[in-house]
Amino acid sequence: MTHQISLTVNGKPYTVDAVPSETLSTLLRERLKLTGTKIGCEEAECGACTVLVDGEPMMSCVYPAERADGKNITTIEGLAERVHEEMKLHPLQEAFVEHGAVQCGFCIPGQIMTAYALLKRNPNPNSDDIRFALKDTLCRCAGYPSIENAIIAAAHALQTGEPVKKPTHIPNSIHEHKTVGHKHLRPEAVEKVTGEAIYTDDLKFDGMLYAKAKRAMIPHGFLKKLDVSKAKALPGVVAVLTATDVPAEKNHGLVIYDWPVMVGINERVRYVGDALAIVAAQSQEIAEQAAALIEAEFDLQPVITNPVMAREEGVPQIHEKGNLLKHIKVRKGDMEAGFAKADVILEHTFHTQTTDHAFIEPECSIAVPLADGRMEIYVGSQIPYQDRTQVARVLGWEESRIRIVGQLMGGGFGGKEDVMGQIHSAMLANVTGKPVKMLFDRQESLLVHPKRHATQIRVKIGATKDGRLVAAETELYGDTGAYASLGEKVMTRATTHSAGPYDIEHVRADCYAMYTNNPPSGAFRGFGVTQSAFAVETMMDRLAETLNLDPVELRRMNALHVGSITNTGQELKESVGLLECIDRVDAEMRKHNAAPFKPVVDSANPNLIRAWGFASAYKNTGLGGGAPDISGADVELYEDGTFQVRSSAAELGQGLVTVMRLVVSEELAVAPEQVRVLVMDTDLTPNGGPTTASRQTFVTGNASRYAAKTLREEISAAMAEKYDVRPEKIRFEDGVVHVNGHSMTYAEIYKEMKAMGQQPKVRYEYEAPKTQPLGTGGDMHFAFSFGVQAAEVEVNKLTGEVNVLRVISANDVGMAVNPLGLQGQVEGGVMMGLGNCLTEEFIVENGNVVTDRLARYRVPGIMLTPEITAIIVEHPIEAGPYGAKGVGEISSIPTTPAITNAIYNAVGVQIDSLPVDQEKIARELWERGG
Amino acid sequence: MNLWQEYKRPTTITEAVQALASASGSAMPIAGGTDLMLDLKQGRHNPIHTLVDLTFIPEISALEVRGDSLFIGAAVPVNRIARDPLTGTHAQALVEACNLIAGPQVRNTATLGGNVAHALPAADGTIALRSLNAEAEVASASGTRRMAFTSLFAGPGKSAIDKTKEIIIGFYLPLFTPNTASCFKRIMRPQGVALPILNCAVWLERDGDAVKDIHIAVGPGGSTPFRATDAEAFLRGKSLTEENFNQTLDALLAQAKFRDSARRASADYRRHIVGGLFKDVLYTAWGRAG
Repeated sequence: MTHQISLTVNGKPYTVDAVPSETLSTLLRERLKLTGTKIGCEEAECGACTVLVDGEPMMSCVYPAERADGKNITTIEGLAERVHEEMKLHPLQEAFVEHGAVQCGFCIPGQIMTAYALLKRNPNPNSDDIRFALKDTLCRCAGYPSIENAIIAAAHALQTGEPVKKPTHIPNSIHEHKTVGHKHLRPEAVEKVTGEAIYTDDLKFDGMLYAKAKRAMIPHGFLKKLDVSKAKALPGVVAVLTATDVPAEKNHGLVIYDWPVMVGINERVRYVGDALAIVAAQSQEIAEQAAALIEAEFDLQPVITNPVMAREEGVPQIHEKGNLLKHIKVRKGDMEAGFAKADVILEHTFHTQTTDHAFIEPECSIAVPLADGRMEIYVGSQIPYQDRTQVARVLGWEESRIRIVGQLMGGGFGGKEDVMGQIHSAMLANVTGKPVKMLFDRQESLLVHPKRHATQIRVKIGATKDGRLVAAETELYGDTGAYASLGEKVMTRATTHSAGPYDIEHVRADCYAMYTNNPPSGAFRGFGVTQSAFAVETMMDRLAETLNLDPVELRRMNALHVGSITNTGQELKESVGLLECIDRVDAEMRKHNAAPFKPVVDSANPNLIRAWGFASAYKNTGLGGGAPDISGADVELYEDGTFQVRSSAAELGQGLVTVMRLVVSEELAVAPEQVRVLVMDTDLTPNGGPTTASRQTFVTGNASRYAAKTLREEISAAMAEKYDVRPEKIRFEDGVVHVNGHSMTYAEIYKEMKAMGQQPKVRYEYEAPKTQPLGTGGDMHFAFSFGVQAAEVEVNKLTGEVNVLRVISANDVGMAVNPLGLQGQVEGGVMMGLGNCLTEEFIVENGNVVTDRLARYRVPGIMLTPEITAIIVEHPIEAGPYGAKGVGEISSIPTTPAITNAIYNAVGVQIDSLPVDQEKIARELWERGG
Repeated sequence: MNLWQEYKRPTTITEAVQALASASGSAMPIAGGTDLMLDLKQGRHNPIHTLVDLTFIPEISALEVRGDSLFIGAAVPVNRIARDPLTGTHAQALVEACNLIAGPQVRNTATLGGNVAHALPAADGTIALRSLNAEAEVASASGTRRMAFTSLFAGPGKSAIDKTKEIIIGFYLPLFTPNTASCFKRIMRPQGVALPILNCAVWLERDGDAVKDIHIAVGPGGSTPFRATDAEAFLRGKSLTEENFNQTLDALLAQAKFRDSARRASADYRRHIVGGLFKDVLYTAWGRAG
């Protein structure tokens, strides 16, 4: 019996047939084509799917569509008005844009709809009201303070009718130019607040099939039998492929090709997420049913559960080469002599947990076969050219037959560097001749993609009694899981940074990056340094305590400075703003409390104890270690006088597209709005390399800058020739070119150059200063960013609960190209660090994933957001664009030790494993009898 | 996904009970559905042939005073309970609990009926209702009946209600009387599933410096929503001195059965922190009743 559903959506009435098992989000997205409502988890956890039902915000992913009968639905598409041809944004949308509250944009429809409902009920909300209302609307870019400010600004505008107030608390760069160094809006911000922004899952193609992988779901064993007959027989199934159908290269990988596209009969399954078969079907439901019908039998093997076990004698070897991915060594000075000079030697071992990126947009890729034999792959990827290479190798094709068409990405954080569905969808598209979409649900995303490495880190440090560090020895074990991914690189960074941002004469570090039967680990914002910073910064505080020194003073005394030699033998010649970061955070912290590290008992509740903690860190910008660090960019002038800048570098919410636009605008003296940006397309944009290691502002910023500069010079040369003036007499100002007393628009320049037979288009390939491999003693990196954070926490000594009240974060970024974007990076960095410290833990038990739902993985929400004070320190680096270096990672690294040091200062409980366990704190206190 | 085939939207209780009985396959009522939908989607519950939506039945969505009771329909969204002036007056602990259940969007659909039907021994709404001496009303083919709140629970996660035949219509709570007050609080941990480590609700009637009557509910303090009846009996009629508090707590600890929950809290930890939570809740209610 067919029912009908009559509902009103954004003022428009619809009557549709009821479909069994349909949710409101599916009805909106699939049938009414309103894709502004996003799906992040389908668990009612993330809030991205929030719509209003009769004015109240609801999670549309668990709302039965038939319940919407007779209801009035408002989605993100219903807020802006179209006045004539122009979109008139709702003040909330405008405020989100103006305040830089939009980063990757994927959560934004949910944020705005939730805020919209709040303002309807409470037109003048305070901070507590906003936090209460947005409690479960997660933003992984975590610009929660900016979101809050935007809502307050919108509320004011709605109440007074005044224009939306712009943010006033973010200063310009001290190295400001005409355009760069000032606050600018993202070019794609408006589409992200109206719901018009298209992410991969929003795309539809005629005849598109849906794919699903059959996962091993056992951590270790040999595949003995695989029966796909039932899946093949299911009506609606178009193709089922197994390992024997892989046309060429059987493995994929980022550096090491050790990850099977599918595991074949008698081959080894190394983790639960290994693919055994892939299905393409006419609907997502059929594809899932078919995958569930595939039967596999295994010869189970003992499970390697952690990296220490993986290195033991006699355990099974997971890969042909053994369980050791890499033994990484740092050697500087003479350890015996070093420790002999020490008056105090401290040693301790720390453990850090596996964490997940939990980007709100799960992985999605769509492969579309073209009539000419080529294939397009639509995907949000951090390394489009690498995707192309990896897909081509597996298909046995020339790379040029494949085009990666990068889409907006709903967050990446390192988690979208590895290939996920791209190869599988391409194989299925190739076989079926149809477009194939492979969308991971949240569970698959959690099970399959690489995580942050769990580590064991032993630190031994020696110092003289006046606090001078003389020797540091560290030993690290990193769990890279079943496959290498970027494990070797990540653990190298963990190792080289494991003695902290300090000038130490004698250093030795050994790291064992080990394969295990856990899900792989790879790149994740901080890239290993997050883990080692926690260990060494805890030790610095213990050292300060042992020597009875102020922890800030101890760091100041040992901080890297211009002229220091790093642990890997690199002399720092410029751009070392660590001391200024220390001084400025220290000064800001002491404004709140002159004795910040002493516990303060709450006057109303004596169980609540507050104190501050302090931590420093550094992080390389760029690949380093001898890898050529190259990015290409095109800048082209068009007939209408606008420019386009192009590079395959990735925009994952961090703001690279804005940086590229500003740089070109600066060099050509045009308004930013005149510069369009195209990224992530392997046919149309030159290779920008991987978006990793905080490198893109530096390398693609420079490529864009030099391309624009070269184009400017070519324009000068052309105009000089045409008007017979010296090129240096030609001036570029305010969007026009002054030649010999008269001014020309860029549209006119275009015409002139075309008439002269010249193409106003430049490609520039920028190569960053050369680096040297670890162990050679040369410059391992071309730039370092520095960061210092202080955190004030409140610990409940009865329950052990920890609440972070304030974080002060100073980051030496060289130069702030776009201070508005930088603010979001700093806020998000602190929140990701806070999650790493307090809330996040990806639990694997005996190789089986316990944390297979977002409901079991706590991403910090707005309620946990402390007051965040961002201090921008700018020690420019000569080779960087206008002096800029990376910020993406450093903003997140010191947060964890700042918080754990604060906990120690408050209640005297040392945290040596993450995340902080409140029960452990409480237990230690009650056992102490406190 | 084949989670359900038929979706019924009855507008009366009789129709709803009939829809359950006459379904051509398995059938279950759905109120907010925030738990049920996830159970279905994630395969913890087998597909159900017929879902019977209760939210179109005015009776089950009523929140009103009936005689000497406050009636809260089983399908009233918890956000409405949290905001309604009637609950503010008569059921403060319930308001506090409802403000803490999940997040705002979920609270706009989640219901007390679902909270109770899930039969978890530490559900916030359930613990608040337990302290408020709620009674339940349940409908089945043989008509409607009032039931003691405790008789809704068979064990942890096991409801005594036959969901294929019966429907919780709502809850009856005693109206406010002078010198009474209630309070609800909980302790969470920031990792893992968002279930409380411990929650506590207290209702009391004050007579000057003495506790005239008191209900203490603690979750999870047993396999079903726990009332610390020994502690209540001890404190009833006594003044709230430090000494009496300590003895009340001892009675509570002696009667409660705390357990280890993997990755959430050990029984030890619960025993250790329950005193602080109980004290906080008790004294807040005491202050309100004064």
